[in-house]
Amino acid sequence: MSALFPFHGGLKTVRHKTESNQTRIWTAMLPPRLTVPLRQHIGAIAKPLVQPGDRVLKGQMIGQPDGYISAAIHAPTSGIVSAVDPQPVAHPSGLADLCVTIESDGEDRWINRQPVNYPHLHPSELRNVIRNAGVVGLGGAAFPSAVKLNPSGRSERLDTLILNGAECEPWITCDDRLMRERAADIVAGLQIMAYLLGPYEVMIGIEDDKPEAIAAMSAACVRTGYMVCPIPTRYPSGSVKQLVRLLTGKEIPVDGLPVDVGVQCFNVATAYTVHRAVNFGEPVISRIITVTGQVHGPGNFEVLIGTPFAALIAQCGGYREGVERLILGGPMMGFALHSDDAPVTKAANCLLAVGPAELAPELPVLPCIRCGACMDVCPADLLPQQLYWHARAKEFDQARDCHLFSCIECGCCSVVCPSHIPLVQYYRYAKNEIWALEKEKQRAEQARQRHQARMERLEREKQEREAKLRQKAPRVEVVASSGKQEG
Amino acid sequence: MIIAVIALGLLAGASGLLLGFAAIRFKVEGDPMVQQIDSVLPQTQCGQCGYAGCRPYAEAIAAGEADINLCPPGGQNGITALAELLGRDPKSLDPASGIEKPKMAAVIDEQRCIGCTLCIQACPVDAIIGAAKHMHTVLVGECTGCELCLAPCPVDCIQMVPFAPTVTTWKWTYPVVEVKAAA
Amino acid sequence: MRFKTVTSPHLHQQTGVNQVMRRVLYAMVPGITALVWFFGWGILINLALATVMALGAEAAMLAARSKPLALHLGDYSAVVTAWLLAVALPPLAPWWMTVIGILAAIVVAKHLYGGLGYNPFNPAMIGYVVLLISFPREMSAWLIPHGIGQPHALSLLDTLQIIFGGAGSLPIDALTGATPLDVLRTQLGLGQTVAEIRNSPVFGIVAGRGWEWATAGFLTGGLWLIYTRTAAWQIPAGLLGGLAVMATAFYLIDPQHYAPPWFHLWSGAAIFGAFFIATDPVTASTTPRGRLIYGAGIGILIYLIRGFGGYPDGVAFSVLLMNIAAPTIDLYTRPRVFGERQP
Ligand code: SF4
Ligand code: SF4
Ligand code: SF4
Repeated sequence: MSALFPFHGGLKTVRHKTESNQTRIWTAMLPPRLTVPLRQHIGAIAKPLVQPGDRVLKGQMIGQPDGYISAAIHAPTSGIVSAVDPQPVAHPSGLADLCVTIESDGEDRWINRQPVNYPHLHPSELRNVIRNAGVVGLGGAAFPSAVKLNPSGRSERLDTLILNGAECEPWITCDDRLMRERAADIVAGLQIMAYLLGPYEVMIGIEDDKPEAIAAMSAACVRTGYMVCPIPTRYPSGSVKQLVRLLTGKEIPVDGLPVDVGVQCFNVATAYTVHRAVNFGEPVISRIITVTGQVHGPGNFEVLIGTPFAALIAQCGGYREGVERLILGGPMMGFALHSDDAPVTKAANCLLAVGPAELAPELPVLPCIRCGACMDVCPADLLPQQLYWHARAKEFDQARDCHLFSCIECGCCSVVCPSHIPLVQYYRYAKNEIWALEKEKQRAEQARQRHQARMERLEREKQEREAKLRQKAPRVEVVASSGKQEG
Repeated sequence: MIIAVIALGLLAGASGLLLGFAAIRFKVEGDPMVQQIDSVLPQTQCGQCGYAGCRPYAEAIAAGEADINLCPPGGQNGITALAELLGRDPKSLDPASGIEKPKMAAVIDEQRCIGCTLCIQACPVDAIIGAAKHMHTVLVGECTGCELCLAPCPVDCIQMVPFAPTVTTWKWTYPVVEVKAAA
Repeated sequence: MRFKTVTSPHLHQQTGVNQVMRRVLYAMVPGITALVWFFGWGILINLALATVMALGAEAAMLAARSKPLALHLGDYSAVVTAWLLAVALPPLAPWWMTVIGILAAIVVAKHLYGGLGYNPFNPAMIGYVVLLISFPREMSAWLIPHGIGQPHALSLLDTLQIIFGGAGSLPIDALTGATPLDVLRTQLGLGQTVAEIRNSPVFGIVAGRGWEWATAGFLTGGLWLIYTRTAAWQIPAGLLGGLAVMATAFYLIDPQHYAPPWFHLWSGAAIFGAFFIATDPVTASTTPRGRLIYGAGIGILIYLIRGFGGYPDGVAFSVLLMNIAAPTIDLYTRPRVFGERQP
């Protein structure tokens, strides 16, 4: 195994893994109603293919990818579409987004599934299978995987294909359980990815606090030539930039992508869904999610996309006393849900109910004392204190100069700040404002051009009218005089 | 010899044409200062500043005839940007020209529209489509929210609707730091 | 069910500004103990007086600026300022000097600039410099190290009387003398060599008698601060490194007229300044390389002021001068961002 290349900063956080990783993955119950958002991925929202009243089968495509960077959405069960309208979704804003609501008929009847024998397919056809199965990155970002599996446009072969099984956030164990129980399936998916990308080497990064997962994956990788690499348990080792550096020593450039350094990186759960899509013809209609924290029976559940969080919580025996916050994702980067009636999406890896025991008391915010504690833990090698200074003063240009957009919002800085400043929120705010300003600028430019075009058109029309007027001048006079006569 | 002369002549002619075309195509339009000011203005083209649009206002500012705090759609941020550009002190918006409002788009009540085309003539960015005697529609993506179409409408069927935030336009807010008195 | 929403991260460490400041106070204890041992009650009285004054001034300023009192008083930053200043004052400094120094530090240098986190200058050093410029004679009248437990110690009552009531009948002039650095400076001016001067009774093993033990105490506390990562190691390293390089260079040129580097490192407020004063994060440079440069700048300035300036020790002036430079240093020493190409 190769040597590791540690990254700067990071944190040793609390783990809280054993609450949920001691039992096998449970299959969640089929809820009577599923609300399937049409935007579960990065990119354009899928175009609905169904209307209220339509009967759908499990696995039937109900949302079509709209453009290259988009993903297909499928019916998680059979039933009748009762609505295609905006419903509350899991989003930090708590706003609604377009969803397809399906009333389950309880039969869970599959559409005709067509596994493919992939070595006989042209890579582009195989990519289409994966695209049509709605495969997206299940680690959280939900980027359409077919796009990342396309090596075209690159002359050289890919150096390294990395499978991310780090799972560095506290509490989350869904990838851990998946690797322990379905290692062979993951490796089967990985083989498909390797077939498409043709990398020189394949590495699987797993944090060393998951010895069982490492053992299972190593066993499954025998005779494949894939390397299972235990990595030190240090948040955020599962962030793409940090993991790539850790395993290969390469740094993804600022504003760059992994492919820029000859690396491509996928989550273990994504590999699993690729396997299901290709070898079983099953689109992504379910995922494994950790439900943990202040619930009676924490664990991992294989749950249909569109299942309301409340139904999932009910299956774990409900909340314990004093739950204050429901977090989607981990405690470091996850966001607090407004309510538990939003549905499970492809990107939802953990549902964490927390109460006063887990949440530090909210401490009063003091001025920054420039102690540099934030800088010492920043895995992006930023100066969070300077960024904060500029974001707070709304000096967006300076914030950008200080590489605001290199911030991965990992939250390490906020955790250690002795002044308890919500640093990450300042960075998010600044990023959002910069994007909005940019959009605004584009809009203004568009309006300026349209206005100018209109002015030119009016001018042209005026000239044309005048020209016509000059041509017809004598007649105009006649008309005018006849008018006078009438008057 | 003759061929050479002809060739040179053609070459000269061609480059002359090219230059002439370039002169028209890449003409430096007007005063760059006006352009810079214009690029800071919101391009709503509403005329609330008292000029016939953003560019005339920009010209007036550049000429020193108008103050920098007359544009309500630009709001305080716009004034600050202007002040920065011109090296002046920012001031607050002149209430005489209007107040800063959230961004809105015009929506035509298609049931009541009589197809009079008056709004089309008023729209500074050609964001309203429709033919005479046919129902009109506003291209929401193009509408600048200038409100110039409201007044001409004889049946008052146009309304300004604020942009509702969606999951794609929603923004994280500036942190509200509660400084609580320690117990 | 509806829930409260806040931004991530949802975890927080339970460290606070008050903890950072408290650690600084703890770290000063060994050094202060040594000072008390050699210089007597005056040190403690100064500390107490400065603390009370600082808290009072802080409370008044907070009230005037309508900030939550308990929260900001509880951050201990005013106490740290008070202790830093009190340790730097002569043990028998009259009470009004302490008061003036603290007012200059807390009211002017801290709150008029916006309070904790916004002050560009180290408040304690502003207080010190104000006193040094206004009352140069009083500021250089240090007790000859007698101390508690040694003959001629001033009793608590005597000390109180001197500080609050003036010298009165007590032979104060006999008790005070110049600091070792002062002695070195004046004697060098009189044409003596370093070796001759070192024979004077004010000097001990490495540096000033008594002083050297206080320095050892501050070094212990300072190393603990570094160990607990309360203070950045780069600043003391830079400062002592800069000072050592300068002192060594001059010592090698002419050992007759320039004191050896160990003497410089161990004398005056070099160690105390390196670990406790220069490391004040608010006014120091904040990037890793910047801190080294910032420290080195202070070290070099200390040497220049000691050797060629108008004052025997230069820690306060050096720190203030580098405070001015800190933002610029930060600007030019930004670390390479992850994924950024080496320029
Ligand atoms: S950790 Fe907090 S107080 Fe310290 S420098 Fe960073 S933002 Fe400032
Ligand atoms: S949130 Fe951003 S600034 Fe803070 S530690 Fe992470 S990468 Fe650095
Ligand atoms: S007030 Fe209206 S027309 Fe005038 S500059 Fe502003 S947006 Fe343009």
